[in-house]
Amino acid sequence: MKDETAAEQATDHTELTNAVGLHARPSVKLTQLAKTFDCRVEIALSVDGPWVDAKSPVKVMRVKAPRGAVLYVRASGKNARAAAAALVGLVRDGFGEAMDQPADQSHG
Amino acid sequence: MADGVVTVLRAVERPRRKAGTPAQEAAALKDALEQALAEIEALARGAICDASDMLGFQAAMLSDDELSRPAFESISAGESASAAWDAAMAVEIAGYRDSQDAYFSARAADLEDIRDRVLGHLAPAADGALIPGGSVVVATDLPLSRFLGIDWETGGAIVLTEGSPTSHVAMLARARRVPMVVGLGAAADWMSGREALVDAASGEVVLDPTEDTRNAFAARAGRAKAAAAATTAFRERPAVTKDGTAISVNLNAASAEELEGIDPAICDGIGLVRTELMFYGAGGPPDEEAQYEAYRRIVAWAQGRPVTIRTLDAGGDKPIEGVTMSGESNPFLGVRGIRLSLRHPVLFQTQLRALARGAVHGDLRVMLPMVTVPEELEAARALLDEAMTSLASDRIPAARPKLGIMIEVPAAAIGVDLFDADFFSIGSNDLTQYVTAAGRDIGAVADLADPLNPAVLRLIASVARHGRESGREVSLCGDAGGEPRAISALLRAGLRSLSVAPQSVAAAKQAIAAVDLREATP
Repeated sequence: MKDETAAEQATDHTELTNAVGLHARPSVKLTQLAKTFDCRVEIALSVDGPWVDAKSPVKVMRVKAPRGAVLYVRASGKNARAAAAALVGLVRDGFGEAMDQPADQSHG
Repeated sequence: MADGVVTVLRAVERPRRKAGTPAQEAAALKDALEQALAEIEALARGAICDASDMLGFQAAMLSDDELSRPAFESISAGESASAAWDAAMAVEIAGYRDSQDAYFSARAADLEDIRDRVLGHLAPAADGALIPGGSVVVATDLPLSRFLGIDWETGGAIVLTEGSPTSHVAMLARARRVPMVVGLGAAADWMSGREALVDAASGEVVLDPTEDTRNAFAARAGRAKAAAAATTAFRERPAVTKDGTAISVNLNAASAEELEGIDPAICDGIGLVRTELMFYGAGGPPDEEAQYEAYRRIVAWAQGRPVTIRTLDAGGDKPIEGVTMSGESNPFLGVRGIRLSLRHPVLFQTQLRALARGAVHGDLRVMLPMVTVPEELEAARALLDEAMTSLASDRIPAARPKLGIMIEVPAAAIGVDLFDADFFSIGSNDLTQYVTAAGRDIGAVADLADPLNPAVLRLIASVARHGRESGREVSLCGDAGGEPRAISALLRAGLRSLSVAPQSVAAAKQAIAAVDLREATP
């Protein structure tokens, strides 16, 4: 039987700008978002990979991407473009962590 | 302080349990994982903020098949469930420990917590025995999830032979007022079942106390409780010394959210608003509207009291994307505070416009950080004039706020008379560090960074004197203002206005009430 959803592919990338990079809280948010899509979603630190499953918190945490690293996102399957855009959007939004400042040394 | 019976938490044993069939071992591991996950999720439901995030992380890891995959592979090769799980987790944990990044290597502790919880379910004798309420829990260290699983309402305390005062557990124990002592160093097992008195303030742990000791302890605990109540009583009162001198007590804040729920009547105004925290957001520096709204809300909260807002105080050590310099050899002596703002005139203008707009709603004053030479003040004043002009031509309501400076750079303290500022606020944290040339966050020299160093007090006294003689208000907004032991010296140096963290108000007013300025310095 022919697969109607012939691989829609999408790739994008963006810089990790939040203070601590892809640490515990952002990793959990990233994987939760990835899981809302049926397609395959992967991330990597370079366009050549190695690509890891963005739905696995354990694998995402292993990437240990620091602040300033460029995160590549790749999706294939149903709604792949939306998936890639959503993940990139989450990173660009700083994972919704509005006051992600370094530990405050009272400067006064 | 706590008085209870010791329950010793032993490190989870790793029994060399004989492997059953691979199917049996796989089933045992699967069960243990499910139970561990259910426990974590239950704990997570009752947790907030940091604890909730940490538990959410543990739950996410435990739900991921990838974590246990290597263990299940070993099991099908004949390993026992606990050995397989232990080995698989050891690899994962090592990966975190080896990370260069301090944040990631700290996560190793979370993984150890997960590992031990699952091992606890695999061990034949369950280590997770219920800890009776009010226990003095003694252990090498206490994982966060374990802390959260204990009911502290009925009292109890934590005594760790290792542990750290800055750990997550310590922070939560502090917040929940659970007495905690770390670094005891002694072996724990023999303490089990004995009565223990724990005084976390002094770091004392007394085992098998005599009747006399116990009574003395109870009396001390009673006094501590009464003292805390007495301090709180000062909060709402005006701050007056023993000889009747009125002292202005103001608040340090960073946002309107922080002030929610605080009665403005406890203070005479806001002495410091740290605006840089707004600039660290994910979306980059806030625009004029967002800043105006933030300033307006704080001024509204103050209900007519003066509000002093400090312009952006960022630098290499407190970086902002695209704004602060990177790669400075010593950010503490580099482009920060007013130096940074003057290099980014568009950014600075935006903030000044927003401040001038906010000044329509109350007594808003603008304060410049890190000022070193009078030219900086004059440049800022010129930019403020420009802001007023551009707002007028835009027909946007605005008022000209008073313009003052922080006294934190020694040059400004020593040459304070050279500055034509409307008011001065002493930044004792940085002034002390610069004057003593010691970092208060560098353990080896932190003792030198003492705001009560006579040299620092002399500078404070001369700034206060200049203020009196020239009719300008002088205040102090560093941490020393909220430290009871420093307040007497600060008032005797001539200060009559302090700005402190909201939670320090009561203790500060109480310390002020104990000072008699007619007396010679003790």
